[in-house]
Amino acid sequence: MKACRKAFTETLLEFARKDKDIVVVTTDARGSVTLGDFATELPEQFVECGIAEQNAVGISAGLAMCGKKAYVCGPACFYVARSLEQVKVDVAYNRTNVKILGVSGGVAYGALGATHHSLHDIAVLRTFPGMNVVLPCDARQTRRLVEMLVDCKEPVYVRVGRADVPDVYENDDFKFEFGKANTLLEGDDITIIATGETVYHAYQAGLNLREKGVKARVLDMAFVKPLDKEAVLKAAAETGKIITVEEHSKFGGLGGAVLETIAENPVPVKVIGIPDEDVIHGNSKEIFAYYGMNAEGIEKAALEMLQK
Amino acid sequence: MNTHELTKQAEINRKRLLEIVYNAKAGHIGGDLSCLNVLTALYFDILNVDPAKPKDPDRDRFILSKGHCVEALYVTLEAKGYISKDVTDTLGKFGSILSGHPTIEVPGIEVSSGALGHGLSIGVGMAIAAKKDNRDYKTYVLMGDGEQGEGSIYEAAMAANQYKLDNLVAIIDRNHLQISGNTEDVMALENITERWSSFGWDVKTVNGDSVADLDEAFRNIDFNNGKPHLFISETTKGKGVSFMENVAKWHHGVPNEEQYKTAISEIECRINEL
Repeated sequence: MKACRKAFTETLLEFARKDKDIVVVTTDARGSVTLGDFATELPEQFVECGIAEQNAVGISAGLAMCGKKAYVCGPACFYVARSLEQVKVDVAYNRTNVKILGVSGGVAYGALGATHHSLHDIAVLRTFPGMNVVLPCDARQTRRLVEMLVDCKEPVYVRVGRADVPDVYENDDFKFEFGKANTLLEGDDITIIATGETVYHAYQAGLNLREKGVKARVLDMAFVKPLDKEAVLKAAAETGKIITVEEHSKFGGLGGAVLETIAENPVPVKVIGIPDEDVIHGNSKEIFAYYGMNAEGIEKAALEMLQK
Repeated sequence: MNTHELTKQAEINRKRLLEIVYNAKAGHIGGDLSCLNVLTALYFDILNVDPAKPKDPDRDRFILSKGHCVEALYVTLEAKGYISKDVTDTLGKFGSILSGHPTIEVPGIEVSSGALGHGLSIGVGMAIAAKKDNRDYKTYVLMGDGEQGEGSIYEAAMAANQYKLDNLVAIIDRNHLQISGNTEDVMALENITERWSSFGWDVKTVNGDSVADLDEAFRNIDFNNGKPHLFISETTKGKGVSFMENVAKWHHGVPNEEQYKTAISEIECRINEL
């Protein structure tokens, strides 16, 4: 159990000690991102912008244009809303080596409410040419992601949550490639495709279904963009039914990306996520349960789909 | 270049600007004309840039934050040797590498821009990078006066002061007109000097209708004063074409054939006198 944001910043600090071009930019968010150690140990590689997301993203682009590896870190809800134009123009359009770490994404802020939720970020950023979108599911995968990102020159948006999350990967012996899905469970009855912190729930649902004689394939789709289309098409062809799970609006996110991929040869797809309504007030665990995004909800959706 | 040569170069660029906008049947001619002197002074006497070494890490950086005036930048880059006349002549044609706003596809252009209020933050990032790397290059950002309505500019202004970026130079093309009319009627900006001084900037006003005055002002920047620099370049929108001067509709007007001939003739007259 560990928070992905913590895994991200700890790993980044290890690399930054050896590479002075790694620069972290933030917006009075060193606490919420867990950047305290970084700021204390490497002040010369840390740029505090105060509460000014537009400026932070623009500054990051400028740093990157001069050879820096810029990591702009703060709450996902603000970076992909307040500073969206800077993300679109200064980062994506300019193809700058800027990594945006959006923490406390989705409904991680729970009862803080809609202002602090980010349920649109995947949908929006997927449409920006040049932008990559990735949601790691646990601390080990986050660590591997940072190892990958330090050598990647493209703009990347990384969305993580806030709380400690259980391990999906129990040791370091797993493949993790840019733009490739991981198969967590093999199966031919139905495929569950999840991204980010919903992957754990999808995996648990897959294990529970197995006990009931249902062989569900479970895919960890950390990269929503570039999407592993081959894995999606294969799942559609081999299992004939797909459930997508994401901590995001049901519009335009992972579910949308999967549906676009199979549109020419469609199979039934159930998109699990947040419907078009103001999110019910509660902590993230309660919200997951309410919208059927936890293992129980996913399992129920799978059984209903198989009965049809 | 000496000031006489700079003045002549500005007129040559002005004539070429009229040509490309007339041929493309598009462009932001009014603001192009008001900021053209700044571009001429910077590219022909101030900036440490070399078309043969466009990625030199020690080169000075220029950002056209008022990206809609890119035509003025295109003719400047052509005159400086970054792009050929053949390329500039494709402006307005389908598939051209030249957009109506700056893009990094074009040799010599550092930043794709066009959405207002972005350039200064990027410039702050570049200036911070220079300080961190102990490099001596300077960053110049040209903004419009209408652009001063964008709030992000003041976030960048605060950060430039916080990080004591005396290697950063911002210029406001103060032509007093934006699309809907006089800036003071649309959303008042004055007192610009007091506003920016209160943000901790070193502010100077310069006659931007004179290349010589601009050049002198840029040459006298104290890059060790611990403060970011702002020049309010007092200009005339449509400068150098009599019937365009101070007329808001020329923000993005295109001259007809008769107007074009009149404009070219006025500019050629001045070139011949120089």
